[in-house]
Amino acid sequence: MYGEEPGINSIKDASAGRRGNAQIIMVTYAVVIVFMCMAGYIVYFMVNDSSEVINNPYNKRRNILAERIVRGSIYSSDGKVLAKTVTDSSGTEKRVYPYNDIFCHVTGRTANSMTGVELSQCYPLLTSHSNPLKQLAVTFRGEKNLGDDVYTTLDAGLQQVAYNALGNYKGAVVALEPSTGKILAMVSKPGYNPNTVEDDWDTLVEDENSQSALVNRATQGLYPPGSTFKVLTAIEYILENRSSFRKYSYKCKGSESFEGNVINCYGNEEHGGLDLSHSLAKSCNASFANIGMSLDINSFRKLCNKFMFNQKLPVKFEYNQSKFLLDKKSGTDEIMQTVIGQGKTTITPLQNAMIAATIANNGEMMLPYVTDHTQNETGQVVKTYEPVSNGNIIDKETADIIGKYMMSVVEDGTASSLSSFSYKVAGKTGSAEFDSEGTSHAWFIGYAPAKKPKIAVSIVLEGAGTGSQHAVPVAKEMFQNYLGS
Amino acid sequence: MDKKEAVKKLSGIFGDMDVAGMLHTILVVTSKYIIIILFAIYTWHCFTVFLGSNIERKEKIYKRQKYLMYSIHFICSLVLYLNSLDTKIAVYYFIQLAFLVFASKAYPYVYNGLSKTLLNNMLMLLATGFIMLGRLGKNYATKQMVFAAAICLASLFIPYLIEKFQYFDKLGWVYAITGIILLALVFVIGKEKYGAKNWIIIGQFALQPSEFVKILFVFFAAALLAKSTSFLNVAKVSVLAAIHVLILVAEKDLGAALIFYITYIVILFVASRKAIYLGAGFLAGTVAAVAAYNLFTHVQTRVIAWSDPWSHIDRAGYQVAHSLFAIGTGGWFGMGLGEGMPGAVPVAESDFIFSAICEELGTFFGLCLILVEISCFIMFINISLKMQRRFYKLAALGLSIEYIFQVFLTIGGVTKFIPSTGVTLPLVSYGGSSVISTVILFSIIQGMYVLNGDKEEFDAQRENRKSQQGRRKQENRRKTG
Repeated sequence: MYGEEPGINSIKDASAGRRGNAQIIMVTYAVVIVFMCMAGYIVYFMVNDSSEVINNPYNKRRNILAERIVRGSIYSSDGKVLAKTVTDSSGTEKRVYPYNDIFCHVTGRTANSMTGVELSQCYPLLTSHSNPLKQLAVTFRGEKNLGDDVYTTLDAGLQQVAYNALGNYKGAVVALEPSTGKILAMVSKPGYNPNTVEDDWDTLVEDENSQSALVNRATQGLYPPGSTFKVLTAIEYILENRSSFRKYSYKCKGSESFEGNVINCYGNEEHGGLDLSHSLAKSCNASFANIGMSLDINSFRKLCNKFMFNQKLPVKFEYNQSKFLLDKKSGTDEIMQTVIGQGKTTITPLQNAMIAATIANNGEMMLPYVTDHTQNETGQVVKTYEPVSNGNIIDKETADIIGKYMMSVVEDGTASSLSSFSYKVAGKTGSAEFDSEGTSHAWFIGYAPAKKPKIAVSIVLEGAGTGSQHAVPVAKEMFQNYLGS
Repeated sequence: MDKKEAVKKLSGIFGDMDVAGMLHTILVVTSKYIIIILFAIYTWHCFTVFLGSNIERKEKIYKRQKYLMYSIHFICSLVLYLNSLDTKIAVYYFIQLAFLVFASKAYPYVYNGLSKTLLNNMLMLLATGFIMLGRLGKNYATKQMVFAAAICLASLFIPYLIEKFQYFDKLGWVYAITGIILLALVFVIGKEKYGAKNWIIIGQFALQPSEFVKILFVFFAAALLAKSTSFLNVAKVSVLAAIHVLILVAEKDLGAALIFYITYIVILFVASRKAIYLGAGFLAGTVAAVAAYNLFTHVQTRVIAWSDPWSHIDRAGYQVAHSLFAIGTGGWFGMGLGEGMPGAVPVAESDFIFSAICEELGTFFGLCLILVEISCFIMFINISLKMQRRFYKLAALGLSIEYIFQVFLTIGGVTKFIPSTGVTLPLVSYGGSSVISTVILFSIIQGMYVLNGDKEEFDAQRENRKSQQGRRKQENRRKTG
């Protein structure tokens, strides 16, 4: 009864009414802060991540954008048009590729499932960064705005030279700038004509003559590396025998055997007394089998993994992973085969180019990329793609040593025809046997000028024969074109 | 009729000049900027209304906001109509307009002295939902309109109920037991939808009991904790709250479980004023979250989809990835209403409506929407601060936390800020249960505000009388003592 007395009750109410308000205000601040973080995150996403995120093949909005924007052009680094959209008088758009099949894999296509740069830069090409007011005016006129243009790192001249040098062979060429990872050329043969790919599609897919013209051999073709792989075997040997590798000596009798497994040198040639450098220069299988049997396989596997075998590549185009499969359980025969580049190891031309470029770049691997920058219709740069390092794979000293060895391959070894230039070239040939009849893929990896490398190449010609005879001449023409004589 | 046909038909009417086609383009292009500007002004006023206490100025702001809302609604409807030339859209426009006008007149009439900004916000959010749903599928819009109109009408009785049943706060145990039974009912007659078994189908209607129990849950916690925060009582109430949450976890309704849990912790913290409960609550929550992650694959899936949707884009990451595509492609100013591809995002009409809004109306619009939601929350909290009776104070607080935390879960989820939990954006998303419970939530808070206002006046009168009665009381006490 007394509790209901108004006076006492209202005094109690007044203080009770505010009880907990301090806590409520605390909670409110916390909520507002969390929401500010979320809003900030959304703004960050829009500014930094969204353009990257939406450029995904799963994003199906490109047809909507294509209704408003004329797809931008793709250029080579020297300003040649690789792809452009032409609109005829009736308003029908057609994508035109002036170089026909020369750039077909790397530039890609828009028809029949997008590929190449067309795919990796799909949304930038369909986005206009010209003056917003101008865009509005264009829209009011009922016209389409012009999408941004993409400038690639590709050198049109070099690409053509490589394309011609491959001749009628199936195969691939990759050229990188070692200090940046810029892809200077990327050829895969046979190609297809992206201008007529829609009409040719059925033939291309049926592929009666096993041409696999749609496959980009440069990034997707998996080949046995042949003797080019001896570069990695030599590196591993140097790393494991830092103090004694210079004293390595071996007397080649044309073959070597371990536990009844025999490895022969090419043409059973006897190379005689060899150190490590000459073992590589002469590409002596027997000597390398001997080296290989001394290696710590686990450590070798780790080295190869660092060189991005068995790894996903953080790149923006289709590729296959190169495979290095040796492990503790591998038998003697497999080890002997693998260290000379046969066995189960498979490699893409791109991967092999990355190995050469890493050695050329003092052991630091740069991730390969093909888009240099995008710019709007008036030429203002919208976005520049910076080189990205994949870390130091080997130390500078080791890179220097193996580089010298690769120079001796050119000076008095299997690639001697490259010694005629005014600058020094470093390289390694390979002849990778792929069937029991002894036919082989011709390989060459290398870089030039050896002192200050500007270009690293990787060349493979399917079933052509030896690297010296078939791959080295391609490299020669490319160096000639890119660096002069 | 799709957009292209519509444009063609329009130009057919106007001859070869393609005047209509051009007008259409101009309207679609400019309208998205106009909508954003109008909505930005609206949002701005959501906050300026807090400044100062000039009643006339506030009244002006309420009016301006209302006209801004009608304008946005009109422009959006016009664009939708021109995109389809569907007379149904025109009819919808007038029905929706009638609803908005009716609600903005009827509410202040019944809820005497309500927070008008809050009412504006409720209607603005509903209108945004109508527009987006009308664009995503007329079916959704029809149903949403029916539900919204019905519940708004029914809510006009809430102030009467609050006043009539003054013993609301005596029923804590009843709320708890009713809530638990309703939630558990799903195990007996529930249906599974989107991976969570939290639906009850009655005839043509699919009900989500957790949406309604949400409100009962706040009443239960507020009523029992208002009475006492002794350790024993807290323990008892916590057990009951835990039962609610565990049932929801068992139904795989993670979003609702989280909302219930956080709401309870906050109510407990404010009721007891002991930070230790807050700390213990978050600690227990973290432990439970880690345990849930290790125990349940569906929790792992959500976390994977959040941490890296791109590698799992075919399955787990599909929704989040497509939501980000929508938001990113729409850009700051959107593709324009009817110009995007919001259909590419699964359940764009409900859980992922925020990405559909960002895609077509622009991320800038989306950010304004977030600010409007925050202003709702601040108004709720203001009301809670003013409440005199503990039960009302805690209930208003609990409802505000439920509301804003749900907004956080849905927007954070679709933008990949946090793992997605599959809850709706209150008032905007399609969903009968969601709309009904949110309108009730808004109305209850408004009702309490109104009631408190009455009481404040009453208190003021009482204060005056108190001084006169003071002496007499003391004498009385001495006598009875």
